[in-house]
Amino acid sequence: MNRRLGALLLLMATQASAEIPEAERRSGYHDMGASVQAMQDDDMANPAMLWVLDGEKLWAQRQGAAGRSCADCHGEPSRMTGVAVRYPAFSESASRPISLDQRINQCRTEQQKAPAFDYESRELLSLSALVAMQSREHKIAPPDDPRLRTFLEAGAATFNRRQGQLNLSCAQCHEDNRGKRLAGATIPQAHPTGYPIYRLEWQSLGSLQRRLRNCLIGMRAEPYAYGAPDYVALELYLMKRAAGMPFEAPGVRP
Amino acid sequence: MTNALIRLPRSVKRGEAFEIKTLIQHPMETGFRAGTNGTTIPRDIIEEFLCTYNGVEIFRMKLSSAIAANPYISFHTVATESGTLFFRWTGDNGFKVEETARIAVA
Repeated sequence: MNRRLGALLLLMATQASAEIPEAERRSGYHDMGASVQAMQDDDMANPAMLWVLDGEKLWAQRQGAAGRSCADCHGEPSRMTGVAVRYPAFSESASRPISLDQRINQCRTEQQKAPAFDYESRELLSLSALVAMQSREHKIAPPDDPRLRTFLEAGAATFNRRQGQLNLSCAQCHEDNRGKRLAGATIPQAHPTGYPIYRLEWQSLGSLQRRLRNCLIGMRAEPYAYGAPDYVALELYLMKRAAGMPFEAPGVRP
Repeated sequence: MTNALIRLPRSVKRGEAFEIKTLIQHPMETGFRAGTNGTTIPRDIIEEFLCTYNGVEIFRMKLSSAIAANPYISFHTVATESGTLFFRWTGDNGFKVEETARIAVA
């Protein structure tokens, strides 16, 4: 290990992580290059719009044994305005918070009587991109639900807990060393402002859980299974941490 | 069903240059990557993009493995008369998508 990295790790080990003051919060959008920003700004250049198109088709398609489409119950996709910014939310039937993807699947299994979509499948990402897009420019607004408290605390604990073979916590990179460089990239503050995102590295759309999986693998920690309550708790905490920031889904990230 | 997006200005003055933007859904699999079982994933790319304006070819592009998934292609042409722009993407495994768009020249 080179000496500078060793010194950095030692420094990180001795510092307690500091939360980011509200005025200093910034979306990952501002940490990326002008050309990637331009991709996100222009719906014609943003490849995520290809998924949104699929989402629009799926929204209107009758599915499952109930023969119902999303539109039959919810009307136009624009009726979903403000929904994505308040997920994860508490689900009565699951007795715990669920992500937007899980909410979409809940609609499928309970209302449409259709099999749930696989996590990260084109269909699920298309619908979540369509729903998320309706909340563009809205402020992230996690629900103020007392039933969520224990899950929020669990998410915060995961964020601050060292894990993996590198013995790192999320907070050490995304709070203590935010804005510094990790290899060639600026370390973002980890605000989930634009999910699902089209990530150039993936050449595809992906969910926040896919992104979290990426970080966990980078820390040499074992990623959770898609849909695991641990991920949802972490998502919940990240949304709380980003409360009030404008939503920009579907985002583009390098 | 492959999604393709095309955007042009709604109307444009005669003799003026205008921008045509296109985006198409395609994995652009390079043919150089190994799959999980160690075998090479076969190449699957768009090989050629063509645009005609009232039947006259105005833009043609050869695409290669080095081009990212979901290629975004934009270019300019000069407005001559109202009519139809025709777009065609062709590639490996018989990939072929054709789209048309109308342009009004004032």
